[in-house]
Amino acid sequence: MNQAYAVTAVAVVVVATVLIGGLGLRISRTTSDFYVASRSVPPRLNAAAISGEYLSAASFLGVAGLVLAQGTDMLWYPVGYTAGYLVLLLFVAAPLRRSGAYTLPDFAEDRLESRTVRRAASAFVVGVGWLYLLPQLQGAGLTLRVITGAPRWTGGLLVAVVVTAAVAAGGMRSITFVQAFQYVLKLTALLVPALFLVAAWHGDGTPRGPFDEPPTFRQHTQVQVEDTLRLRIEEPLTVTVTGTVDATRYRDEGVLLEPGTHTIEGGTDLRFTPGSTVPRPAEHASAGTSSWAEPLSGSRDAHPLYSTYGLIVATFLGTMGLPHVVVRFYTSPNGHAARRTTLVVLGMISAFYLLPPVYGALARLYEPELIMTGGTDAAVLLLPGRLLGGLGGDLLEALLVGGAFAAFLSTASGLTMSVAGVLTQDLLPSLGVRHFRLATVLAMSVPVAAYLAVSDLPVADTVGLAFAVSASSFCPLLVLGIWWRRLTAAGAVTGLLVGGGAALAAVAATMAGFPEGGWPRALLAWPAVWSVPLGFLAMIVVSLATASRIPPGTGATMARLHLPEGATR
Amino acid sequence: MTVLVTLGLAVGSVLLLAAGAALGHVAGRRRGAGRRALGTPVERATFQTLHNASLAAPPLRAGLTEDTARKAARRLRTLLGTDALCLTDRSTVLTWDGSGEHHTAGLMTQVRQVLETGRSEAFPLTCAQEGCAIRWAVVAPLTGDNGVVGTLAAFGARESPVLVRATSEVARWVSVQLELAELDHSRTRLIEAEIRALRAQISPHFLFNSLAAIASFVRTDPERARDLLLEFADFTRYSFRRHGEFTTLVDELHSIEQYLNLVRARFGERLAVTLQIAPEVLAVSLPFLCLQPLVENAVKHGLEGSVARSHISIVARDAGAEAVVVIEDDGVGMDPERLRAVLRGEGGPSTGIGLRNVDERLRQVYGDDYGLVLETAVGAGMKITARFPKYRPGVHPSPPSLRTRPRQR
Repeated sequence: MNQAYAVTAVAVVVVATVLIGGLGLRISRTTSDFYVASRSVPPRLNAAAISGEYLSAASFLGVAGLVLAQGTDMLWYPVGYTAGYLVLLLFVAAPLRRSGAYTLPDFAEDRLESRTVRRAASAFVVGVGWLYLLPQLQGAGLTLRVITGAPRWTGGLLVAVVVTAAVAAGGMRSITFVQAFQYVLKLTALLVPALFLVAAWHGDGTPRGPFDEPPTFRQHTQVQVEDTLRLRIEEPLTVTVTGTVDATRYRDEGVLLEPGTHTIEGGTDLRFTPGSTVPRPAEHASAGTSSWAEPLSGSRDAHPLYSTYGLIVATFLGTMGLPHVVVRFYTSPNGHAARRTTLVVLGMISAFYLLPPVYGALARLYEPELIMTGGTDAAVLLLPGRLLGGLGGDLLEALLVGGAFAAFLSTASGLTMSVAGVLTQDLLPSLGVRHFRLATVLAMSVPVAAYLAVSDLPVADTVGLAFAVSASSFCPLLVLGIWWRRLTAAGAVTGLLVGGGAALAAVAATMAGFPEGGWPRALLAWPAVWSVPLGFLAMIVVSLATASRIPPGTGATMARLHLPEGATR
Repeated sequence: MTVLVTLGLAVGSVLLLAAGAALGHVAGRRRGAGRRALGTPVERATFQTLHNASLAAPPLRAGLTEDTARKAARRLRTLLGTDALCLTDRSTVLTWDGSGEHHTAGLMTQVRQVLETGRSEAFPLTCAQEGCAIRWAVVAPLTGDNGVVGTLAAFGARESPVLVRATSEVARWVSVQLELAELDHSRTRLIEAEIRALRAQISPHFLFNSLAAIASFVRTDPERARDLLLEFADFTRYSFRRHGEFTTLVDELHSIEQYLNLVRARFGERLAVTLQIAPEVLAVSLPFLCLQPLVENAVKHGLEGSVARSHISIVARDAGAEAVVVIEDDGVGMDPERLRAVLRGEGGPSTGIGLRNVDERLRQVYGDDYGLVLETAVGAGMKITARFPKYRPGVHPSPPSLRTRPRQR
């Protein structure tokens, strides 16, 4: 990896963002023509902005890493991230826009006419926002380490400081043009290298062997182990070691590793010969014999079918509760435009998500040692250097680094804006409306603390947890709020607290690392399967029990939500 | 371990925020109840009475209707400690709280006397039902600005001078609340009247001048005259529309455009306008006709006493959960002291009704934090900043009036 190019790419991304956000926009939109000035944002542009804000580090880096390590099961991630917008399109987009709400707490208050519901919704916006900020920091830390070799906490901290400063100074207002630019940038940054990589793969004779069997090294490969590793070896493996393996020091000596678990000390160099099987980390042992291309044949989870459903429910239903996505719909002039916008978003995101699996598959061929060291999230960034090398590889890597940085910046700033907004407005009103800056610092400091404490969850997994909480709390609120007249404030609060609270508790337990395995582990790691129905159930039961307290304005509100604009009068 | 602790803290804080918000709400409601343990028995009784009265006040402040009467009656009955309590208006029984609801039937004829004389009365009741505890009624009038508006009736098992006295006092207190409700109501009506006045204010001078300007084009440039007339029709249609208190920024901008086109027809190139509108805030709801008067003000200041070109800029910015609109002119400006007087409503009849009206309406809808911010000095132009929250409960724009023609561009 060429540091100079990569650092330049990051600098270019940041400068371009600031320029478009500040100068370019101001000049282009200053006019004396009212017709030009009052043109609303066309659905395509708004859709690009939504996609730009939505495609985060998890999409850019995490999906490819998971596909590399776990195979086709993980394709459910891109499918789910996209299909969430289908649910949003069908059930939520237009009525939410017509409600006139800017944030999710606004919607809760508007529909249920209760400050208590508003406060409960605010608490969950903050919770989901914090959970979703965490993987952005993780991704940034990883990227910076790959570029410069800096310790992993520096990158996340750097992005946290940059985003906090920018948001607090008012420089990262969620401007449609900037976010649309970020989408184009991310798509280009992933598409152009992908074309080169696929061409190179073609030139290499389109090898495809390792898709059906455990991955093997295709050439002499030297791996430097940074943190101490425990590896599971299935069949005898000869490797040249400089360093410490199983408490024995070696100096450039060939070692025969017997089947079983071996401990590699940090700082050890391993050299593998072509054709030898890639060893797996001990904790993912079950995957050793699996077939990568066949679904449900064995991933790291003990209950792959259940986990898959957990993932599907969380991502399909969680998108509608992402605070930074929902506020973007306010830009649409009416419900119809909001619906069209969502449709375009579906197309744009689908196009984007075709690419990460390509990187995952190529990484399985060309950099299988990442599976061994567990650094699979870096797969996308390292691939051009490995496959192409030279100046071209360096430039493509720089492009990918720039794209990854765009991903952290746009998503993290959008989230920080939303969380800080809710903190100032609803949860800490004693701070005063003007203390937005203080709230910004608070909005970022909690995920930073969690980021420094938790390190070993893959980026896409942390995102999955954020989606699970969002699906368990906001999906029932939005779906029932929009489609069920008998929802009461008491029911909504109970459903939010029960569904969302259960998901939050499960997330906390998973992050803290217990229980160790089996069904309890699976249930807590993928809570959405049970916590979403729980949320719905609690909301419905309590609403029916408090049927006398249906908000008085329900009829009028429902009419406003469902009738096209212009039909109400 | 640190991992566990930090995580616990992070997640715990989220849960605590949620729980705290819920608890705070409940505690806020019950705080009054917790204070009962203070003071001597007499003092406690006083506290209790005041507390009950304070609970009955909010519904009554919304006026005397079936819904508000039902809510208030519960509290009033606790206050009086009677078996049953009833509120009527001039024609029907609004609510009956407590036992013996069958007495509702003949009640209106029995209270007729009180409604007519406006004096309290106590009388025995005959009741065929067994075990009915209600034998005596005390009826006191509720008075408003226009005489008796209803009655408060309390019912007990026996004749009691204490109950008579207490009922009259409570009725008097209720009357005060109802008068306050009437006051709130008239304040709203006043503001509505001011909006109407504002609409009327647009008319005479501006309308004559516009029509005269249009007339001057009829021969020389009939096409332009036609456009201006249509512009004029659209503008008046919007300004005089009757329904809806709120509109959207984009509709308000259209009205401003039409206004400025008509002004330009008169002053030609002397007036230059720049706009910088963030497309994200076009959909923001705001009170009807709250920007147009500000622009009108800027135009007046810009063209007043200067022959040179005048420049107005209108900027709408996205600021998170708010939209910020800044209207700036480079005209004659104003003495800040005089401006302050105008905003207090002491500037004389002709000056700045627009500014004051907009300021008051913004404060009424969004709260005092959202008043206009004006920066000006004599000869230094004027800068008006208004902020609009993107969402506020109850603020929903009415659909735009249909335009008379498709825009020709």
